[in-house]
Amino acid sequence: MNDMTRVERAVDSQDIKINAKNVQVFYGETHAIKDVNVDIEDKTVTAFIGPSGCGKSTFLRCLNRMNDTIDICKVKGDILLDGEDIYDKRVDPVQLRAKVGMVFQKPNPFPKSIYDNVAYGPRIHGLAKNKAELDEIVEKSLRRGAIWDEVKDRLDAPGTGLSGGQQQRLCIARAVATEPEVLLMDEPCSALDPIATAQVEELIDELRARYSVVIVTHSMQQAARVSQKTAFFHLGNLVEFGETGQIFTNPEDPRTESYITGRIG
Amino acid sequence: MTDASMQSPETGRHAASLTATDARTIKRAKAEKRFRTYGIVAIATGLFFLVVLFASILSQGIPAFQRTVVSVDFTLTEQQREEAESTLFKTKAYSDLFIAALNKELTERGVEVDFDDAAIERLLGKVGGTIRTFYAENPDQLGQPIEFDLAASSRVDGYFKGRVSRDTLQDSRFLQLSDLDLVDALKEAGIIKQGFNWPFITGADSGVDNPGGAGIGASVVGSFFMMMVVLVLSLPIGVAASIYLEEFAPQNKFTDLIEVNISNLAAVPSIVFGILGLAVFIQFMHLPQSAPLVGGLVLTLMTLPTIIISTRASLKAVPPSIRDAALGVGASKMQAVFHHVLPLAAPGILTGTIIGLAQALGETAPLLLIGMVGFVARGYPDGFLAGFTEPNSAMPAQIYTWAARADVGFYEKAWGGIIILLMFLLTMNIIAIILRRRFERRW
Repeated sequence: MNDMTRVERAVDSQDIKINAKNVQVFYGETHAIKDVNVDIEDKTVTAFIGPSGCGKSTFLRCLNRMNDTIDICKVKGDILLDGEDIYDKRVDPVQLRAKVGMVFQKPNPFPKSIYDNVAYGPRIHGLAKNKAELDEIVEKSLRRGAIWDEVKDRLDAPGTGLSGGQQQRLCIARAVATEPEVLLMDEPCSALDPIATAQVEELIDELRARYSVVIVTHSMQQAARVSQKTAFFHLGNLVEFGETGQIFTNPEDPRTESYITGRIG
Repeated sequence: MTDASMQSPETGRHAASLTATDARTIKRAKAEKRFRTYGIVAIATGLFFLVVLFASILSQGIPAFQRTVVSVDFTLTEQQREEAESTLFKTKAYSDLFIAALNKELTERGVEVDFDDAAIERLLGKVGGTIRTFYAENPDQLGQPIEFDLAASSRVDGYFKGRVSRDTLQDSRFLQLSDLDLVDALKEAGIIKQGFNWPFITGADSGVDNPGGAGIGASVVGSFFMMMVVLVLSLPIGVAASIYLEEFAPQNKFTDLIEVNISNLAAVPSIVFGILGLAVFIQFMHLPQSAPLVGGLVLTLMTLPTIIISTRASLKAVPPSIRDAALGVGASKMQAVFHHVLPLAAPGILTGTIIGLAQALGETAPLLLIGMVGFVARGYPDGFLAGFTEPNSAMPAQIYTWAARADVGFYEKAWGGIIILLMFLLTMNIIAIILRRRFERRW
């Protein structure tokens, strides 16, 4: 967390992938997200940090409209993906989610074979014309998920039989199998041990080459390790957003400083 | 934080040795012991009643699977048949022919007891109908000697099973004390014997005066066709309703109302469904009376809440993370439900369905109202489709009808019918358990 890291973390691309403007989220009467403006860059890892209940997961779920499944959840404001409003009436959330993949807090492989887990997305989106193409996609995705070597001999084994870390990497492989442009990760390492966490973090760094990755995390060390940009949320407000090195070494807002030094949260 | 000072070690609340139990602990241990005793007593009571129930069902019902038959070679000529068919009381004519034949046989064998036609008639059940039906179906057997196993009368049957004894028998037009000597002699001669009661399992209901000829087979078929209707209607409707309510329906006052009413529907007395079925299906829609189709429709109404409630419970039990996972890779809501949630909920749905069907199988009251009473089940339906529309009964209604009849022979049949019904229910429950065990997934 010194200036060295800041230099290392020089962002490769300045393209804006997602542009959120004045986003408000309500759960019934509760105002969960208040006026959040954030620009998420392409081929960058953006970390959302903040104390529990600050709205970072809620905001993440707005980015691929997973909040649509919650009846009482209302989203206001604009979220633009490549300049298109994802909350436009004409947007089908199913198409959106194929572009914006998601990895969840708890590894949640389908109770099916490893192969079927990865092949499911390509199948429903018709990405493969035949079995050979599908096999190729599965292998490529599992390689990108850094789990191919561990499972290549037992693709027919149930995905639920893997260890926690392997399951999470399988879920990442499943998410990248549909060729998304953005990958949302909701505390992907919170159920993993340190070794599995290290593997997943390494993987996230590799994924940065192809995707825009947004990661919600409780661990500030993790945010510092994997991200180039960090957003600090507090009580539904986006308090501070900037270069990760900047946030961790020289925060502008006193609340950010209190949080990263452990005084709130 | 305030009670920290109150519980300082010096106050002595926990000061005593661990080996000495204090009064409070003793009291708690006693309460725990008492509660366990209550539990054991409750279970023991339940088991006791279960054992009594099974013992009484088995002891009363097993004799129904045995019958007493009069077994005689009998030849009917073409001419005799024509004569019998030309009389007014046709079965009576056949019966008389058989009695005459039996009388001749006994005389030839030189049975030492005094007997006459009237005595023989008292020993026999309603045999005329059986003989007549046999020759109507097998006209080529005319003129050839056939060995008939014909049911003995209810009281003779009772004599063999210990229901009727010489000490308690009072002479009546049904049986006289002297007839028992003849029975003993015929037993010696091998003409009256006991055997497994196949006609009870394969046969149809008989008249009120002929318990020997009554069988449950026809009403088993009636129950089968009803269950087909129930399964075909209630499974898809119930599952579709549950999936919609659980996965798609918005949460609002209207869906709340529907949910409350489904739960209430499960508690509506079955007789109410019966009268509804009578009014709507028979009187308004003019569907055939006493038909398993109508019975099935009524029972579908009764089974639907059970299936919906159990299906919703098993859909709820599928972890939401699976839905998230499917939606996260871009599956539509319907794909998520049909590809992932439904297969995982299937064992629960199947179990619920089988339990619902078992419940419907044992339902009596609504069937009585729509006319599926026991005495309707006088024969098998002609063909598969007719099975739905021809008047028939169902097992529990048949049992009820038998239990209400005067002849003790029918009472025994009722218990026997209960054994068969319980066997079906047991089989269905075992299937439910096997399905649940086999398809259950853990994650």
